[in-house]
Amino acid sequence: MYFIIRRLIFYVITAWVALTINFFIPRLMPGNAVQAILAKFPDLQPSAYHALEAMLGVGHPGSIWHQYATYVVDVSHFNFGTSVAEYPAQVSTLLGETLPWTITLVGTATVIAFVIGTGLGIVAGWRHGGSLDRVLPGLMFLQAIPYFFFALILLELFALKLHVFPVGQGYGQGLIPGWHWDFISSAIYHSLLPALTIVLTSIAGWMLQMRNVMITTTGEDYVVAAQAKGLHDRRVIFTYAARNAILPQLQGFGLAIGFVVSGALIMEIVFSYPGIGLLLLNAVTSEDYPLMQAIFLVITFAVLIANLIVDLIIVFVDPRARTREAR
Amino acid sequence: MTVAPAIRVDSTAVTQEIAYRGRWRRMPTKAKVGAVVLGLFVLAAIIGPQVTPYDPSYGNPSPGASLNAPSAAHLLGTTQSGQDVLSQLLVGIRLTLELAIIVGVVATALAVIVGVAAAFLGGFWDEVLSLITNVFLVIPPLPLLIVLLGYPSLRGQAPTILVLAGLGWPWGARVIRAQTLAIRNRDFVAASRETGEKSWRIIAFEIIPNEVSLIAASFVNTVLYAIGASVALAFIGLADLNSWSLGTILYWAESQQALQLGAWWWFVPPGLAVALIGTALVLVNTGIDELGNPRLRDASSASRIAGHWLPPADPTPVLAQVRLGGRVARFLHSFSRSSLLDDVTGGGR
Repeated sequence: MYFIIRRLIFYVITAWVALTINFFIPRLMPGNAVQAILAKFPDLQPSAYHALEAMLGVGHPGSIWHQYATYVVDVSHFNFGTSVAEYPAQVSTLLGETLPWTITLVGTATVIAFVIGTGLGIVAGWRHGGSLDRVLPGLMFLQAIPYFFFALILLELFALKLHVFPVGQGYGQGLIPGWHWDFISSAIYHSLLPALTIVLTSIAGWMLQMRNVMITTTGEDYVVAAQAKGLHDRRVIFTYAARNAILPQLQGFGLAIGFVVSGALIMEIVFSYPGIGLLLLNAVTSEDYPLMQAIFLVITFAVLIANLIVDLIIVFVDPRARTREAR
Repeated sequence: MTVAPAIRVDSTAVTQEIAYRGRWRRMPTKAKVGAVVLGLFVLAAIIGPQVTPYDPSYGNPSPGASLNAPSAAHLLGTTQSGQDVLSQLLVGIRLTLELAIIVGVVATALAVIVGVAAAFLGGFWDEVLSLITNVFLVIPPLPLLIVLLGYPSLRGQAPTILVLAGLGWPWGARVIRAQTLAIRNRDFVAASRETGEKSWRIIAFEIIPNEVSLIAASFVNTVLYAIGASVALAFIGLADLNSWSLGTILYWAESQQALQLGAWWWFVPPGLAVALIGTALVLVNTGIDELGNPRLRDASSASRIAGHWLPPADPTPVLAQVRLGGRVARFLHSFSRSSLLDDVTGGGR
């Protein structure tokens, strides 16, 4: 699996770059977490400074290489330090509580949007100039709307005006999270509007991209040849045209996923959805640097894993990726 | 046969006609709409701050001025502290567009430098530059931006521009590298190298001019990214909250409960402005795409050649056939690309 090994090496390098950036940012910036706390609580004794430093692990003891080694070991044990805002909670605990919400919501909604968008793109590309082309400008408009603004509009219309959906939160008040139907149904109900936001705003991008590749593919000689052979349209579309047009689409999916996740994080804030996005907002408003940095790392790693999954699918779909010559 | 008469046609008349029609007429409709909408916003950004009816930061203290719905006095209503939304919007468009365009210019310049350098140097340096490009393409920019702008010292307009530009170049660099690789193997580049042209001259006068549409598309994309990112960052409070940009208006609307108070006139106009600018940019980009790849054009966006409408997928007709008149031209349309080889003078098939 030459292709997969190549990609794996690349992801390891990327993860290392993200890790290293994360290590150096706080060391290059003026101020640190302890100073942030001291600024907020001016009554603290100066002697408390060192105590806080030791407790929060933001002191910079030893050489830079020693610090770096300690840091890498810490991260590999999911030890991201202590949250300043929700002291004394561990950052990893906070991440563990919120990550499942985000992954479930954003993952499901993105896959749904990708599948529907690609399907529409296939039809729009095949029936070039047909009725689907006429809704394209409308879809481009949806695509250009920032996620969080679209979320605000949906919230205003469906939750505040029509009362069809709840105003926010991840599940109904008074429910205890767990694997029982009351909670799960409530969680699904609460996630419908956020999911709809992601699907509606990202569908146009997938559709447009697939349509354009599809149009180019449809003009290829092998597609014309397949039609000339008198094959059924459905067979020409799916086994000849779409089969080849899907490859650049999948590669695009890997690259775009970072943007989708970023947009979805901001959207979570609007819905007060109990995911990483809301945690990120809390980290920002309380200047909780350990938490912000851990979130950056976790999201980057999640995007890398998503990319790896896409690569595995590409290997499955594209025979060229299975040969040694593939780049 | 039909090909013969084509030679006898006085072609100067036709070329003059096409030149006269100009580039604007030949642009796809979508791109025209996008350019017009974009032009309106640029105009608002230029003259907006001069024509604001009120000081955007002035809060009218009288309780009657708080949260007014749109009226003649306040065309887009007022905020909770009695500030005029229209004035904020006019000032905000300027700040947001200014930031986005500067980011676009800086990031596109970086993209061109990295992309062309990677393709032109080749070998080891290509590997290194491509690796850096791909790494920063995969790392999601927004969380990194949030970590960086989390430090208050980076929160002004200028630092934000630097950080956004510093993370906005990889996409363009990747596309430009691919295109440069394709161009540098062409004959005309080889020819100029043989004649002893210096590398920088080949890059500046042979390669870059052939990538103008790609660079333009990359610029438009970067501006789009900069608007989206800066508005999102301001929305969560990572901006200079004392200045008025489309993002900070939304931040104040959200933090002062505009939604719960039913003050739609407060948060809809800035969001709509972002969406409209975004749509216009996407439309312009589609137009640039379609200029480069005629197959993508709408079937309805037929181009007019020598007085006859031809769908974009059709091959460029032989002039004589076009001049034969409407009936034959229509006949031509109804055929696939091979129709030009047929005998069309008969016309009555």
